[in-house]
Amino acid sequence: MERVDPVAIAPVKNEGRAETIAFIVMVAALIAAPFFVYPLFLMKALCFALFACAFNLLIGYGGLLSFGHALYFGWASYLTAHSAKVWGFPPELAILTGVATAAVLGLAAGALAIRRQGIYFAMITLALAQMMFFFALQAKFTGGEDGIQGVPRGTLFGLIDLNNQTNMYIVTLVIFLAGFLLIYRVINSPFGEVLKAIRENEPRTISLGYKTDRYKLVAFVLSATLAGLAGGTKAIVLQIASLTDVDWPMSGEVVLMALVGGLGTVFGPVAGAFVIIAMQNYLAQVGQWVTVIQGLVFVACVLLFRRGIVGEIANLLKIKL
Amino acid sequence: MFEIFGVPSQALFGQLLLGLINGSFYALLSLGLAVIFGMLNIINFTHGAQYMMGAFVAFFLLQYAGLNYWVALIVAPVVVGATGVLIERLFLRWLYKLDHLYGLLLTFGIALVIEGLFRNQFGSSGLPYQMPDLLRGGQNLGFMFLPNYRAWVIVASLLVCLGTWFVIERTRLGAYLRAATENPTLVRAFGINVPLMITLTYGFGVALAAFAGVMAAPIYNVSPQMGSSLIIIVFAVVVIGGMGSIMGAIVTGFGLGVIEGLTKVFFPEASNTVIFVIMALVLLVRPAGLFGRGV
Repeated sequence: MERVDPVAIAPVKNEGRAETIAFIVMVAALIAAPFFVYPLFLMKALCFALFACAFNLLIGYGGLLSFGHALYFGWASYLTAHSAKVWGFPPELAILTGVATAAVLGLAAGALAIRRQGIYFAMITLALAQMMFFFALQAKFTGGEDGIQGVPRGTLFGLIDLNNQTNMYIVTLVIFLAGFLLIYRVINSPFGEVLKAIRENEPRTISLGYKTDRYKLVAFVLSATLAGLAGGTKAIVLQIASLTDVDWPMSGEVVLMALVGGLGTVFGPVAGAFVIIAMQNYLAQVGQWVTVIQGLVFVACVLLFRRGIVGEIANLLKIKL
Repeated sequence: MFEIFGVPSQALFGQLLLGLINGSFYALLSLGLAVIFGMLNIINFTHGAQYMMGAFVAFFLLQYAGLNYWVALIVAPVVVGATGVLIERLFLRWLYKLDHLYGLLLTFGIALVIEGLFRNQFGSSGLPYQMPDLLRGGQNLGFMFLPNYRAWVIVASLLVCLGTWFVIERTRLGAYLRAATENPTLVRAFGINVPLMITLTYGFGVALAAFAGVMAAPIYNVSPQMGSSLIIIVFAVVVIGGMGSIMGAIVTGFGLGVIEGLTKVFFPEASNTVIFVIMALVLLVRPAGLFGRGV
């Protein structure tokens, strides 16, 4: 019934092995990448990759389309930037402040949103995010249109100077991998199996005795928290938090990343985030056309390849990614 | 002049009037969304862009063809409705067998394309649209000044809303529509062309949005992003009202417009967010929405 994943991936052979190989390839590529690509671009892409993975946890495994994930990303970004710049928090505490903010917001928004399903769920999350956008617009500490600029990167644990680009890259990579592995662990845990059962058939899961609302809420909070981790890290990496991070196009962007990469695949959101961030980077000269192109990509993905990049590859090779 | 709760009556009634105006747009747009959702099971994210297109068609007609507001009020909904028919035939019809969420994603993408194209062409600043001569000026009602155009907007949208309600709930065509919403296969078996009805329903819902756009043009400027923030508020309105009932959409739309107007008088800081707060409260008390059937 309420199925998001359009295609159960056909016969799986060597379950788990393909994922391990893909993971090793990904880590190797990310370690080698800063020698070839501008590190700041990579760090930005990694933050968005984590953001997209967090979003994918909800839609890909819980079947819940949140259209308001900018709320957690953006507010975590604001609180991290504010606590680092104004309160003088070290980066680890600043990011933690952002993550905690996202978790609390996720708990509040999630408790409301899971009261409805499907399309209504999407509209509620979007509306709540828009409400918090207006708060961000009016609140004094967010700096309105200017945002919070010049956020200090500081020294991690009093040891690692993050103003050094290499250090910053390694820290970002570690944060991304930690988030990625946590999500991987969650979707392969008993909890994850129940989540998938809810996606496939919620009434049946209820009749099996699971309190599906609790599962959905926990998944929602977890997703919001990780989105917050991505947003907080982004504030430290790019040293800025702005209205763009909390506005609705950001919520749309993360949907697009997960969709392009492949909903319900482990690696899809990462690939999608890199594709979209690269596209924005190289298309920056054409300005407003970025929106049009993003819209076209949306349309093409929905109509022509709903499995996304990674989903298509997995389907071709008959493996699970 | 007198005061009510310490607020000058002029300000209070002025904001109430503005609230009713916004309410008419909420009602027209959420009505269109409800009609489309009923038939297609799709939430039309393009609705805001189509509202904006309505305003732009009116602007083009006046600017390049010298055709006035009254012509635009008929022509713009037809033109934009026709583009809607095209969108349904080209894109949406491939999605009916899939999860509803894909419809949302697809129409979101189309909205990005349309708004992006208009922004490239016309920039972000608004273009002014002349008010029709016939509706200039206003009436002094003693307790407040009532601009003619605003009175017209409220009356016209109320008529269109009630007309739509009448057609859907009280005519044979409406009966076919409601039947096809419940059970399309059975209605097809009776020899009624359901796919055609679906296409035309989408076109009609889009035309309603364009109609709202033309009416909005003289009040707000015509700008490419006029629809995108409005559509999110309309989503909240739809969540509050529930999409099961046509009359529910109309009542909720006008009601929330008025509440928003009153908030502007008594607690201006909250006027942007009041509808979202009401949505949260309704979800706590009545998760199915005020007029909703089921979840």
